[in-house]
Amino acid sequence: MNRKQNFLGFVARHAIGIALAVMFLAPIVFLFLTSFMTSNQTLTSNFWPQTWHPGNYAEAFQKAPLLRYIGNTFLYAILATVFMVVSSVPAAYALSKLKWRGRNLTMILIICMMMLPPQVTTVPLYMMWANAGLTGSLWPLILPMLLGDAFSIFLLRQFLVTIPDEYLDAARVDGAGEWRTLLRVIVPMARPGIAAAAMFQFFYAWNDYYGPFLYTSENQESWTISLGLASFRSLHHVEWHLVSAATLLTMVPVIVLFFFAQKAFVEGVTLTGVKG
Amino acid sequence: MASAVLKGGAGRIRRSLVTLTFIGPALLGLAIFLIYPLIAAIYFSFTRFDMFNPPVWVGLDFWKYVLFDDPTVRIAAKNTLVFVVLMVPARMVGALLTAMLLNAMKRSRSIYRTLFYLPALAPPVTATIAFVLLLKPGTGPVNTLLAKLGIEGPGWFNDPNWAKASLTLLALWGVGDLMIIFVAALLDVPQDLYEAASLDGANRWQKFRFVTLPTISPVLLFATITGVIGTLNYFTQAAVAGSVASGQVTSGSGIAGTFGYPENSTLTYPMRLYSIGFSNNLFGAANVMAVILFVVSMGATLILLRRFKAFTGGGR
Repeated sequence: MNRKQNFLGFVARHAIGIALAVMFLAPIVFLFLTSFMTSNQTLTSNFWPQTWHPGNYAEAFQKAPLLRYIGNTFLYAILATVFMVVSSVPAAYALSKLKWRGRNLTMILIICMMMLPPQVTTVPLYMMWANAGLTGSLWPLILPMLLGDAFSIFLLRQFLVTIPDEYLDAARVDGAGEWRTLLRVIVPMARPGIAAAAMFQFFYAWNDYYGPFLYTSENQESWTISLGLASFRSLHHVEWHLVSAATLLTMVPVIVLFFFAQKAFVEGVTLTGVKG
Repeated sequence: MASAVLKGGAGRIRRSLVTLTFIGPALLGLAIFLIYPLIAAIYFSFTRFDMFNPPVWVGLDFWKYVLFDDPTVRIAAKNTLVFVVLMVPARMVGALLTAMLLNAMKRSRSIYRTLFYLPALAPPVTATIAFVLLLKPGTGPVNTLLAKLGIEGPGWFNDPNWAKASLTLLALWGVGDLMIIFVAALLDVPQDLYEAASLDGANRWQKFRFVTLPTISPVLLFATITGVIGTLNYFTQAAVAGSVASGQVTSGSGIAGTFGYPENSTLTYPMRLYSIGFSNNLFGAANVMAVILFVVSMGATLILLRRFKAFTGGGR
């Protein structure tokens, strides 16, 4: 009886699991199939390409400067990530392992900043960057990372508090200064946390639409792939096969990165969930 | 504990300086990107200005305008509230149910987790374009399937009555990030509590209601509040869906011309904030909207901060 119940439960769980997996993957699969269709076929209700046209991908690249958009996006994502790590790791260390006055207040401000909708500060910051002559480029999104990123500091701090103080005390007894302790003890131990924060930052920049939209709308030279795609569809409006091809390509770096660092990534998501 | 090694005045000053080099850039960042723009937004909300000339004090004019005179602001605020009411609960329930399903799996858990999580990785613009294509009225695969079942599919992103529901489906599709948090929270529920409940004769629902829910409630609260704030700044998907579904030729900032398509049904508060400032050149009004948005989001954040220990206490 019990075994039979277990078996039925197993079947039921997997039936639901497979059904859900199909639903979750269907949009991506459909995008994939559409990207190989002819223009005419995208206007019909067939799912499966009558003939496969891998040439759509090359055509998408000819129709829009996708390579430049991709290059801009990589520049934004990589610089923002490197700057974030350099500035946010020391800040997270100070917030988790050093004692100083104003530490709690700083932590509250960082949480407020993390929770602040970007639109709240849009106009004053836009004016600031316009005065600096940097609107029309991606620098207003990259340069602030040199001064730390609230979400990354929060995430890294959540990770660093889990490192036992004994390791730090041991390093200090050996006469290591704070910088040495940070670089030789904390950074190696926090590698998974730093990897997670870096990936989040990279994904954030790669996926970012509002930031590039705000600062580079008028200057197509600086567009990122998100911005390019959003207008691609309207410039070539019936060509769903090209839109699908271009759109799918934006997922490739994200998925590649995810499969290489899945463990660090899942740990990172979990850490942001804040255990009570 | 940690300060046992270095004591005395010189050491203390040196340590403060070192601490400052660690945290200094972040403090400067908070001053430039949080404190300054907040104060500036409040000041600008009482002024008329463009990007080039010095602001002129106009008192409460723009406050009156935003609160009473611009019907589009009201539509946008209402839409955003509807999105909060639709998307936050939908995502919470969706994430919790999939997480519970995953936790009932054993060996196959990580495969399913990856499959359910993949959509959450898709860039929002990509996901939105995929959904507009998927839900194309007439020839889209969803309506084609519905037609085979004898159901006439709705106009989805092209019907003002369905556009919000379509965006909610899109939000539900990317529920994987929340699901991963819930999977971890559920794994942390002590097994002996379930055993004790079983001994007391609790059924499945009672175990869920009296053991699972109370244990994971801090995570649920966190997810609810971050979800509300995330929805208050809902912009990208609504903007892209409107532009792509409308089929009009727009590029760059011209996309503001399709904001809210169809019939303002997807116009969100942040979208109106952007267009009132950058398309209508009423930057004072945009700052009024920003200050209001700030007050609402910080209200939600304060509720979270009351659980401040969860953030700063070190967790374990």
